Amino acid sequence: MTTAQPAMLVEVEAVSKRFTPQLSLGDRLAALLGSPVETRTVHAVDRVSFGLEQGEVLGLVGESGCGKSTLGRVIAGIHPPSEGRASIAGETVMGDGRTPLKRTTRIQMVFQDPFASLDPRVRIGETISEGPLAHGLVSRTDAPAYVARWLTAVGLPVEAAERFPHQFSGGQRQRVAIARALAMQPDVLVCDEPVASLDVSIQAQIINLFLKLRRELGLTMLFISHDLGVVRHLCDRVAIMYLGRIVEIGPAAEIFAAPRHPYTRALLDSVPKLVTGSDELVTFKPIQGELPSPLSPPPGCHFHQRCPRAEARCRSDAPQLAGGTDEGTGHRVSCHFPLAGEA
Amino acid sequence: MTEASTPLARFWDEFRHNTVAVIALGVVIAISIMAIAAPLISPQNPYDLANLVLMDARRPPGFVGSKGFTHWLGTDAQGRDLLSAILYGLRISIQIGLIAGAIAFALGATLGAFAAFFGGRIEALIMRVIDLQLSFPAILLALVLAALLGQGKWPLIAALVTAQYAYFARTAHGAASAERSKDYVDAALSTPLAARRVVFRHILPNCLPPLIVVATVQVANSIALEATLSFLGLGLPVTEPSLGMLIANGFQYMLSGRYWISIYPGVALIVLIVAINLVGDQVRDQLNPRLRR
Repeated sequence: MTTAQPAMLVEVEAVSKRFTPQLSLGDRLAALLGSPVETRTVHAVDRVSFGLEQGEVLGLVGESGCGKSTLGRVIAGIHPPSEGRASIAGETVMGDGRTPLKRTTRIQMVFQDPFASLDPRVRIGETISEGPLAHGLVSRTDAPAYVARWLTAVGLPVEAAERFPHQFSGGQRQRVAIARALAMQPDVLVCDEPVASLDVSIQAQIINLFLKLRRELGLTMLFISHDLGVVRHLCDRVAIMYLGRIVEIGPAAEIFAAPRHPYTRALLDSVPKLVTGSDELVTFKPIQGELPSPLSPPPGCHFHQRCPRAEARCRSDAPQLAGGTDEGTGHRVSCHFPLAGEA
Repeated sequence: MTEASTPLARFWDEFRHNTVAVIALGVVIAISIMAIAAPLISPQNPYDLANLVLMDARRPPGFVGSKGFTHWLGTDAQGRDLLSAILYGLRISIQIGLIAGAIAFALGATLGAFAAFFGGRIEALIMRVIDLQLSFPAILLALVLAALLGQGKWPLIAALVTAQYAYFARTAHGAASAERSKDYVDAALSTPLAARRVVFRHILPNCLPPLIVVATVQVANSIALEATLSFLGLGLPVTEPSLGMLIANGFQYMLSGRYWISIYPGVALIVLIVAINLVGDQVRDQLNPRLRR
């Protein structure tokens, strides 16, 4: 951690997000009368800090339910963080107050399911133009041309503006969703598993579209995914998340070549591989056990129950994200007994 | 653009398979047209006291009055031609039902959707008030209000709206809560768009199907409620009799054999309400995915 760190465009500082369901009237009365009431708080994100440099693509990887989508939504300003702060160029994403509102348009989001993220009753043209109109990025008279420009940029015909979402396929809808996000002229794009619900052949098209847009617009991206292949192809840096915490973060090439956290290692090993020119069946090693419940996360290191290297210390003492052998690359790991870094 | 049929055309395609609903819809439309055209087709203006001949009062159906035309449904105690009075009465009943229904729809849907959108204390406050109100019988509430506000069209509408907006609010709240958790709302919030726009442009249009069903039923209900209030003498002034008041006026003559003064307005009212409800049933069947065949 020396002065070599360049200024970060996006700063995520100790962000936590907990969900506590509202108690029913009956439960509240019971609590008032002194009976113990169980509050089921979900610890989705637990004190996560990281930064995004201008122009980089950071992959956020983890199992289903590890909190990566929630973290993405906090950064995109959809959920206010329970603690901590997400900011872009020093400006906090969400205001304070009882009903916090998003204050910036510089971070936009693309969602996983393009069938759910487009309002079925609104024409594509209005879907794309309503944000820019509301924020004065374009005048009403210029709006059709503006919409046409972004439709072209994502590879859709200009006539698409007059249609409704149900007239499009999944891949086309995802292009519309991307156009909607980009029409706000953001600096940062949060992509929450944007290709996970698409056919494999369509996935490649959308990934290539992201690569092209990134090159042309100089976008900074947080790319949330559980697909290691996609992340390896697209991302400069990778953050591995486990049960609400980041366990390892660093340059993509380094993480894939020499993971240092046992969980990252296990995640990489659990990808089935096809090896040509060998009669041996290459078996992959699935990770033992299940993700613990975020309702009651285990003490100490969250991974200790499934970790082959766990010792007594791991059960009581939560490790901090710290630099390893070569700090110059910013490769950091949160483990008491990190792997040596041999692939 | 590839599909030639609009959603409305597809809706009608399914609707016309239910013969009863089609007939009911025909009846509703026919009654509505007759009510709208009442000044043109009715033989007499029942509101113009100069037109009424007291000599012709309480005559049975088919009586040829002193003005030279046949009273097909007889006359009431003031010598009004009942057919004309029913047509004019329907006109008022439908008008009040629609206006009260529309206001209750707008008010209730807005309240319910905003409650669902904001959640937390705002939601708890709005929904508890509505729960409280739903625990009173609507007729009781309307009676109290009609008595407090006095007679006339607008006090009556106010009473009907108060008695009914809660049904819209609860339906809108349920539907909007489901929509609130969908990604397109999150997408609108991440843009960010103002709460007003998210609710009115995105959430409410997607809540319309259940609200339309409630609206059909509630228009029928407010017509019935209006008739009840008028029957009890709390509705419209005597000079503009609605169906409820016609029934009430004839009530005292029922046992003396002059059944027509009460029965015919009653029949008109029942046919209208039953027809609206039949249409509403079919609309509900079509809009509720769980009832789909």
